[in-house]
Order: sequence, then structure tokens, then C-alpha cells
Amino acid sequence: MTDRQTEKEVDALTGTETTGHEWDGIKELNTPMPRWWLWTFYGTIVFAVVYTVLFPAWPLISSATGGVLGYSSRADLHQNLADVQTANQAVIERIATLPLQDILADTELTRFASAAGASAFKVNCSQCHGTGAAGASGYPNLNDDSWIWGGTIDDIHYTISHGVRSATDPDTRFNLMPNFGVDGMLDRAQIKDMVAYVAGLSGIEADPASPDAHQTFLDNCAGCHGEDARGMAELGAPDLTDAIWLYEGSVASIEAQLTQARHGMMPAWSEKLDDVTIKELAIYVHGLGGGQ
Amino acid sequence: MTTKTTDAVPPRIDVEAVNSARTRQPLYAARRKIFPKRAQGTFRRLKWIVMAITLTIYYVTPWLRWDRGEYAPDQAVLLDLANRRFYFFFLEIWPQEFYYVAGLLVMAGVGLFLVTSTVGRAWCGYACPQTVWVDLFLVVERAIEGDRNARIKLENAPWTASKLAKRVSKHGIWLLIGVLTGGAWVFYFADAPTLLVDIVTLKAPLVAYATIATLTATTYTFGGLMREQVCTYMCPWPRIQAAMLDEHSLTVTYNDWRGEPRGKHAKKAAANGQAVGDCVDCNACVAVCPMGIDIRDGQQLECITCALCIDACDDVMTRLGRDRGLISYTTLNDYDTNMKLATGPRGIDPSRVRRPEGGWVDALRHTNWRSVVRLRTLVYFGVWGLIGLAMLVALSMRSELGLNVLHDRNPLYVLLSDGSIQNGYDVKILNMTNAPRAVTFTIEGLPGATITSPNMADEATTALSLQVEPDLVLPLRIYVRAPAGDLAARTDFLMTARASVGEAIATQQVRFEAPETVK
Repeated sequence: MTDRQTEKEVDALTGTETTGHEWDGIKELNTPMPRWWLWTFYGTIVFAVVYTVLFPAWPLISSATGGVLGYSSRADLHQNLADVQTANQAVIERIATLPLQDILADTELTRFASAAGASAFKVNCSQCHGTGAAGASGYPNLNDDSWIWGGTIDDIHYTISHGVRSATDPDTRFNLMPNFGVDGMLDRAQIKDMVAYVAGLSGIEADPASPDAHQTFLDNCAGCHGEDARGMAELGAPDLTDAIWLYEGSVASIEAQLTQARHGMMPAWSEKLDDVTIKELAIYVHGLGGGQ
Repeated sequence: MTTKTTDAVPPRIDVEAVNSARTRQPLYAARRKIFPKRAQGTFRRLKWIVMAITLTIYYVTPWLRWDRGEYAPDQAVLLDLANRRFYFFFLEIWPQEFYYVAGLLVMAGVGLFLVTSTVGRAWCGYACPQTVWVDLFLVVERAIEGDRNARIKLENAPWTASKLAKRVSKHGIWLLIGVLTGGAWVFYFADAPTLLVDIVTLKAPLVAYATIATLTATTYTFGGLMREQVCTYMCPWPRIQAAMLDEHSLTVTYNDWRGEPRGKHAKKAAANGQAVGDCVDCNACVAVCPMGIDIRDGQQLECITCALCIDACDDVMTRLGRDRGLISYTTLNDYDTNMKLATGPRGIDPSRVRRPEGGWVDALRHTNWRSVVRLRTLVYFGVWGLIGLAMLVALSMRSELGLNVLHDRNPLYVLLSDGSIQNGYDVKILNMTNAPRAVTFTIEGLPGATITSPNMADEATTALSLQVEPDLVLPLRIYVRAPAGDLAARTDFLMTARASVGEAIATQQVRFEAPETVK
């Protein structure tokens, strides 16, 4: 004790050794850790060693140490996903076997399919149609009740399965609006007249159409859009009298479409997604508020 | 007990304060065991009562039944984590109503302020689980190994069959108490009778066994082995209490203005004309202290104010025929006043506060109700009461029908082919009763508007009739259509859910969005 006192400085007030560090006359006391703290600390070291042996712990260049228990969080995840799949198997099988109309008649089944469809939509469809399915210019809004190719559950299911103007699916939804301007089917004056006529159908502000316009429409457009211009879902011809437009709905965009038609394309999803997912997507889209 | 003359000085107990404030042990020093002697008296009795009440509440509560009908569990207090329901007798708390729990926690906090500012660390001394279980473990220890002297003797005795048997049975019973403690805890989270059968037949979920094992280990370690060390080193409350106490708070105090100078040979000293205090230095207060301190050293962090030293000292004072209260619950303020009175030029002289004919001088301050009822405690009590009152009011006005509406953000609105505007909403109707209910859902305040819900009503309507299952949330997808007409960009309207029975009603103001330029 006396030896140490000569080596070490002892603080007079507390009787504790100092570390020898001094700042502005204040000396640091060398207070030891409490025992319980030390033992806890030793405990954590033991725990770490045991853990390292049992579980994956140390990162290597392209992998990690495995641990003798063979535990893997990735395997756990796969197991959990498989468990969920197993738990949902009965419902999924019913969706797979039941016709769409019967699924819609079952509230619980519809709720499940709609939730699954919503997540499939976010992954596969939101890139074009937006996360809320509100679409954009050239990409239809799926929330409204104006359907180019029909809005019944079967129509929607067919459209998702086979796509629109898909290059790979022979059963795809297909037709093309002629390029009335570029191909010289209508002259410039007629095009101007048609633009005015069509704009007038849905109340877009434009110059008044000529008395001949109705006849020109019947000759050139009614074949697809119908004599009343209300469109034909079988041909993918949109209703020209409502307020909803695939491309903006302005005089300029109508003129552009008449001159050289733009033709949107949607993939045939049956090539990529399984039947159940497509059914779920159809139910989700149908439930967005505009399904017929 | 009549006056048995002042000669009956109790034998001095050979004890040293383990956690002495005067000579602090270095932190590396091995812990010295404390062998608290059994105390008897008012505060010890109070501690038994509190212990009996708290332990009874803890062990019995999960077994109380409460009939809630066929759709809800029949356990009076049940924290059903899996189904996210908390049942407290007539109350059923949903996750949406968690503010009740928050309110209870705030009340517990303010209550701790109230109690601490009034009677000091009463929580530590009487109601804290650590105190209660240590007391319980000490009961076992005394029953098997005897009181203080016998325990010390046994501790120092060589290992014999008898010592081994005593130690094994003591630790065995401690562990059993630990198991029962952990066992009681899990019953709060599942149907108790079912779980008990499952536990015994080894069919209970692993988490139940893990919880019991953990709580057994902590109860045994904290209550049996670590005891006062938990309070001194692990618990944050002694560090905070200094901020909660003030000079009017009651604390366990050694009144050295009447106790000093202490000594066994008072008569001889008095004959020599020396000042003589009431303290006979018998160390009874130190022997009973479960924290191993000497209260005569003054206020200390370790003191949990269990007041067993008061009991021990009062006992001695009574036997000596002197006034009780040499150690007493006293405020710092009173103590200071009395100390000033007693302190003379030669230090403390108790004769300055004693009247020659016996009794104390009038200027002496005694503990009275004013230390309990004062502005600070009244404010705490007021806040505490207001929160409690607010919760009671909220509870009495609590609707058992809930309505939550969320407006679609993407898209905000949809233009329909006939020119009308459609908004989508996620509606949730909460039936917080234990019976199925017929609910009517309506919208009001949006002229010409109709609602549709996929697969619920094909044609547009203004009211939906729904059946909501008991104790469940019914999610609804609701589309509201309004003719463009003269819609403003934003219109507020009401969605209402009415239960046909009980006239419960839930309303929420909802916004209808339309394009800035509606034609």
C-alpha cells in the first residue's frame, strides 16, 4: 500500500487513485467499474463467443461464417413465405377454379383477390397506369367508367390476358385508326371540319363545324365510333361524346389523332403472369370504381 | 409497557452499517451480506398489509371471470395481444383507444410525483415489487434459518448436512416463488385455466415457458440474491427522487437534536454534567435495515424509507420509557428548525429543547398535516385528478361504434363519362360491442351525391345497410358520385354510421374533391 502511494497519487477527498490526467487543475479519478457491470460485460463477451459459434456472424468476402446451427434468415423468410402460401392455398384454389362472376358474388373472396390484385398492380401495371390507376395521356384512367375495350369483368380479364395490339399474342385486342391526314383519306379542310365536329360532340370549345360535317363523319368515322359517336367496345373505338379522352382532349390532340393516329400498346400479361394473378388483377381493376 | 426504569438499556447489537455513508466501500469491494433483523411495529404491520394486498392482486387477478357473452373471452383482465384487445372488467380497449393506457401511464407518473413530494419514497419502501418480493423472500429465509443471529451463525458455520438441507430448501422455495411469479404473469395474456392445463401438459406455446423461465430467473436473482443491490445500483429512481423531494416532504429522519450525544452510559455522563441525548447507541435501527445503512448518518441514497428503523427505535424508546420518535418521519424544514434550537455553543445539547419538568419546548416543531397538504401536493393532486376525471368522462361518453374514413389520394377525383365527379374513400366501421349489429351508412350535405360500393350496391344510393360482426372492423370501399353542376373544388360533407340498436352514432366530416375548373 505504501509503495503504491508513492507511485500513484491518491485523491485526498475521496481516497481514490487518480489516473494522472489533469485538466485545468481537475484530476481524473480512477474509479473502478462496479462489479455487476464488469460481470455483465464479461457475460456479453461469453455471449458473443457462443453466438459466433452457433449463428452466422462474421462477414467474409462473398459470404459469412455459417454457424453450427445452420440458421439462415433467408431460409426463414422462404419458409415464412411458403407458410403464407400454404395458409392461403384454399382461397387461391377457389379463385383459380371459380368463374369471375362467382368470385365477385363472394365478398370475402373478392376482398382477398382485390388485395392480391392491388399488390400485383403496383408491381406490373403502375409503370403506365400510375399507382392509383389514374393513367396519363395515352394511358387510360382505370378509375372512370369510360372503357375503350369494355368494362365488364370479362372484358377487363380478356384485355389483361391478351393485351392491346400485342405483337406476340394472336388473340390480342387489335384495331388501328386510319391515318386520315397522312394517308390522304381526308383533305386538310375536311380534317379541320372533323376536328370541329368531334370537339363539338363533347363540348370542347372550337370553331363551329360546317353543315357537311355530319355526313363526313358518317362516311368515315361511324363505322367504328357509331352513328351517335358513342363508340363500340368490341372494336376498341372510344366514345367521342363523353368528357374523357385518352389523349388530353383538346383541339390540337384531336387534330393530331386524325392526321396520324397514335396506337397505344399493352402487353399480353398471360405470357408473364399466372392465371390466378390475372384474375386478381381483373377483380382489382373492376373494383376501382368504374367496373360495369 | 410501564416504566421499567432507564437502567434497562437494551444490549448493544454488534452490527455495522454495510453501506455506511461515513466510510464508503470502493466499488470493487465484494458485497457484504446483510442479515436484517425482524422488526415489529406500526410500519412493519403496514408493510405486511401492503404486501398481502399487492401480492393478492397480482396472483388472483387473472383468475377472475367476467361474462362477456359468446363473442368475447370471459376473463376479467386479459391482454389479448394476438387479437389486439385489452379487457379490463367492463372495459374493452381497442388499439385505436390506446390513449387510455397512455392516460393511465401519465397518472402513474404524476401519482409518483404526488406521493414522493408528500411522503417521500413511500413507493420504494412499501409498494415497489422489488421491496415486496424481497420481503417475501426474507420471510422464507427467517422461517428456515431463523432471525439475524441464527442466520449469521449459519453463514459462518462449516458445511454440514443440516446447513445444506436448510440452504437447499431455502433456495428451492425461492425458486418456487419465482416460478409462481412468472407463472402468474403469463396468465394475464391468455385464458388462464386453459393455459394452466396447457402448461402442465407441456402443450403451451414456447413463449409462455420462456416468459416463466425469464421471470423465475429475475425474481430469484433480484429478490433472493441481489436484494438491496438492485435498489442501489440498478434502479434509477433513487437518483431522481432528490429532484422530487423538497424541504416539506416527509422522510425517515434520525432526530439528532434529541439523540446526540449518544452513549450507553448516560447516567454517568449526566452526573458529570455532560449533555446527554436519547440515543443509547443500541444499533437496533442498523440491524433491521434491509439496505444495510445507518440512518443516523443522515439522508442517504440507499434509504428506501421502509421505516423499519422507526419501528425498531420506537420499540427501544418505549422500553426505556422515553418518547417515541427518535427516528421518525420528519420534514427537512422541521428538522432544521429543531436542530437550530438544540445546537448550542458546545454542539448539540438536547436539554435546550427539553423542558425541565419533562416534555418538549413549545418552539419545537412536530410533523403535522401541513407537510402533506400544501400548494405543491395540491397541484399534483389536481392534475392527477383532472386526468382521471377526463378519462372517466371519456369512458362514459365512449361510443362503441367507430367510423374511420380515409380519402383516396391517388387519384383525388375521377371524371366520369357523364361529366359527374367521383371520389373514392376507404371507410372502416368499428363494432366495439360483443353482438352483431345492423348499421346504416349514409352521406349528408353533398347535393345530388350518391354512393356505390363494389359488390355491395350495384345501383347508386344514399344509404347502405350493413351487418357488422361483433368485435370487428368492417372495411368498406365507398365511391361518392356528385353531378359536376356547381361543385366547388373542395366541399365538406358528412359520413354517418348509425347502429339500429342502441342508437349509437358515429360521424366524420369528409372532403369531396373536384377539379378546379368543373364545366
